[in-house]
Amino acid sequence: MQEVHDYFKSLCPDLHVTRGEYDEDSRYPENKTLTIGQFKLGICHGHQVIPWGDLDSLAMLQRQLDVDILVTGHTHQFKAYKHEGGVVINPGSATGAYSSFTYDVNPSFVLMDIDGLRVVVYVYELIDGEVKVDKIDFKKTATTRSAH
Amino acid sequence: MMLNGAEDEDKWLAEGIAGIQQNAFYMHRALDSNNLREVLKYSAQMLSELRTSKLSPHKYYELYMRAFDELRKLEMFFKDESKHGVSVVDLYELVQHAGNILPRLYLLCTVGSVYIKSKEAPAKDVLKDLVEMCRGVQHPIRGLFLRSYLAQISRDKLPDIGSEYEGGADTVMDAVEFVLQNFTEMNKLWVRLQNQGLGKLREKREKERSELRDLVGKNLHVLGQIEGIDLQMYKDTVLPRVLEQVVNCKDELAQYYLMDCIIQVFPDEYHLQTLEILLGAFPQLQPTVDIKTVLSQLMERLSNYAASNPEVLPEFLQVEAFAKLSSAIGKVIEAQVDMPIVGAITLYVSLLTFTLRVHPDRLDYVDQVLGACVKKLSSGQKLEDSRATKQVVALLSAPLEKYSDIVSALTLSNYPRVMDHLDNGTNKVMAMVIIQSIMKNNTCISTADKVEVLFELIKGLIKDLDGTGVDELDEEDFKEEQNSVARLIHMLYNDEPQEMLKIICTVRKHIMAGGVKRLPFTIPPLVFSALRLVRHLQGQDGEIVGEEVPATPKKIFQLLNQTIEALPSVPSPELALRLYLQCAEAANDCDLEHAAYEFFTQAFILYEEEIADSKAQVTAIHLIIGSLQRMNVFGIENRDTLTHKATGYSARLLKKPDQCRAVYACSHLFWVDDQDGIKDGERVLLCLKRALRIANAAQQMANVARGSSGPVTLFVEILNKYLYFFEKGNQQITSSAIQGLVELINTEMQSDSTTQNPTSDAFFASTLRYIQFQKQKGGLIGEKYESIKV
Repeated sequence: MQEVHDYFKSLCPDLHVTRGEYDEDSRYPENKTLTIGQFKLGICHGHQVIPWGDLDSLAMLQRQLDVDILVTGHTHQFKAYKHEGGVVINPGSATGAYSSFTYDVNPSFVLMDIDGLRVVVYVYELIDGEVKVDKIDFKKTATTRSAH
Repeated sequence: MMLNGAEDEDKWLAEGIAGIQQNAFYMHRALDSNNLREVLKYSAQMLSELRTSKLSPHKYYELYMRAFDELRKLEMFFKDESKHGVSVVDLYELVQHAGNILPRLYLLCTVGSVYIKSKEAPAKDVLKDLVEMCRGVQHPIRGLFLRSYLAQISRDKLPDIGSEYEGGADTVMDAVEFVLQNFTEMNKLWVRLQNQGLGKLREKREKERSELRDLVGKNLHVLGQIEGIDLQMYKDTVLPRVLEQVVNCKDELAQYYLMDCIIQVFPDEYHLQTLEILLGAFPQLQPTVDIKTVLSQLMERLSNYAASNPEVLPEFLQVEAFAKLSSAIGKVIEAQVDMPIVGAITLYVSLLTFTLRVHPDRLDYVDQVLGACVKKLSSGQKLEDSRATKQVVALLSAPLEKYSDIVSALTLSNYPRVMDHLDNGTNKVMAMVIIQSIMKNNTCISTADKVEVLFELIKGLIKDLDGTGVDELDEEDFKEEQNSVARLIHMLYNDEPQEMLKIICTVRKHIMAGGVKRLPFTIPPLVFSALRLVRHLQGQDGEIVGEEVPATPKKIFQLLNQTIEALPSVPSPELALRLYLQCAEAANDCDLEHAAYEFFTQAFILYEEEIADSKAQVTAIHLIIGSLQRMNVFGIENRDTLTHKATGYSARLLKKPDQCRAVYACSHLFWVDDQDGIKDGERVLLCLKRALRIANAAQQMANVARGSSGPVTLFVEILNKYLYFFEKGNQQITSSAIQGLVELINTEMQSDSTTQNPTSDAFFASTLRYIQFQKQKGGLIGEKYESIKV
């Protein structure tokens, strides 16, 4: 939706969007990769990866895109997985929208601080009217290509 | 011509000033030598300059001020009897021998000031004498300045309560009488100025009058400051006398200015208590007087008074302020037949503002104001004036801003009636204002009745109003409108399921009548609202007796079916398909096999008949597979039918790579990872093998068509799927099969006819790395992977 797109652009002009299952705009690609600092990131909404929300299948996509961090969604449930191939992050739904996948969606979003070989993931969740913040650390070893 | 006049005036003014200065010089000499005779002679000569009729008020003022300054010195001289040896009583008589009346009266006033100060006569007597003597000057400008001088020098000598001039026979009443008389005479002079001069000079006259108005108004200020005037005296004497003069002078300029003056000068408390008298004057004023501005001023002052002094609110009720103002406005509108509609509406806006500030809890008053407005709007005058329209919007927006809970505005019965009088464009603008108010205040509308009223109000957005077609609208604006409506639908909510269902039905009724262009915006939020309710009700499937549409998941799914089926003809088949799949999943969670099957049927029908675009088909089939994979409510037959359909369509996609991917996605239909889930290893393998065959065929086709067989990506993807099921424990997937696939890929990559591709290289490399990693893991996994060599 143009209004939402414009709103995000006002937060940060460097905006990357991939196609969701209700997006009619074919400008948005099915997936996207980009490099930030020492990390390669991949973005994909996730309705394309079956079974939905399945870690192993998402890991396959991660291998296919050859990225350290895979950002995905669709399930409206916050998840952060660490595996030998890298990190998979699902920031959940920022609006708490209905999902057939998840009951009782709590609105959430994620900020990632990428610094050298380290990524700190801050997750903000709105639970019962209060904002709760949590953080998770990931380090990438310089020698291997995967994150641990 | 005008320029000459202005130049001439400057010349005359300069001459006048010179005259004053010259005579003042001699007067000073006489003052210094205590020569009363000479003083009187030269002061009279000096004051004669004020006899001119050649100057406009602006210029005359300059001349007057010069004289005024000199008269101060004169007064000091008069006061000091030792200097001139004449008693003030005799002096009072002496100055009356001056030849011309104007200098004579200026001198008399000056002596009079000294006389009052000396207390040799009661203040009231001197004042009365002076105010009456001034009648001798009937020339408007000269008379006004003379009386202004009188007002000036008498200000501090009025027999007010607590003043030194009070006592005995002198009372406040005398002070009041004096000021009132001076005021009355000055007003008469002022009005007379209007009638002088030729028609052509009318504008000039009005400008001159404007310049003089403060001289007249000053008297009211003086009255306002007389401490001895209490409410009773104001009510019985002051106000009626002032109003009498205002009404009787029948002059538009004077009436407007003086009414405004009265309102500004006297305390709000007095206005509240004399409301009836004050308002009674309005219909008696000239029809051309801009009463609405004065009335608005009055109402604004009273609103502010109420706002800063909440303790006086009972007074407002006691004097029935609202009723009186309301009635006064009605009379004014009735009396001034030529008043343009914008004037009437502006009055109502002022009254509404007043009501919202003074009686915010009285929704009946607010509704009354709206009702009066409706009556005026219905009287035939069309709202073609854009200013009038703006005022109506202001009228309708005021309650929204005041009552952040829009529900109050919804109870105003006249609100929708006012909206009906707006043209279609403005009606929609107003509807958007209403929605924005709800969104801003996070208001939740919680009953079907209120929703009904709300949707009536915003009907301009919900459907095409008579006369407009949707095509006329700018597309961007239309999208914005409909997105607002969509957002609004999420604000309609009640915890109680039966009421929530009523709300959903009400919304549905309205949006289904909105025409095909609106449905893709309005149906999705309704569907999700309904699915939320289903989730709330999950498990409760008992029949609720007595309700026409019981709040059960089954009933809601029926409703959803009937709603979504309107989408394909918009045409929005893809959206419909997605919504059907959402419903199927929800039905699954409610254990309703038939409903879920029906939804899948509808989705497949859409796929078959309405989705022709190859890219759209790819996405659609994946969505179907993804949803189907999660279904656990189907019995074997139903499940088989649906999976058969899904795999069939997957294999029939247009492009081979798409076929391949869809087919291996279908492998997951036969393997669900939870404890009761299906785990049909054979059929999984069948899918994967089929995918492999398709990948091979794709390679060969590419070889023939393009000369090289394309990248090995598909093979690597399939390999990854083999690994997936291998790990999950599918016995049909052997390590040798995996080994074979690895070698196949290696071979293909080294072959000349294969396109080199860094992406697929990297993918294969990371897959091998993964296998290596698993091998090193040890334990059961390590064992599994042991025989695979990479």
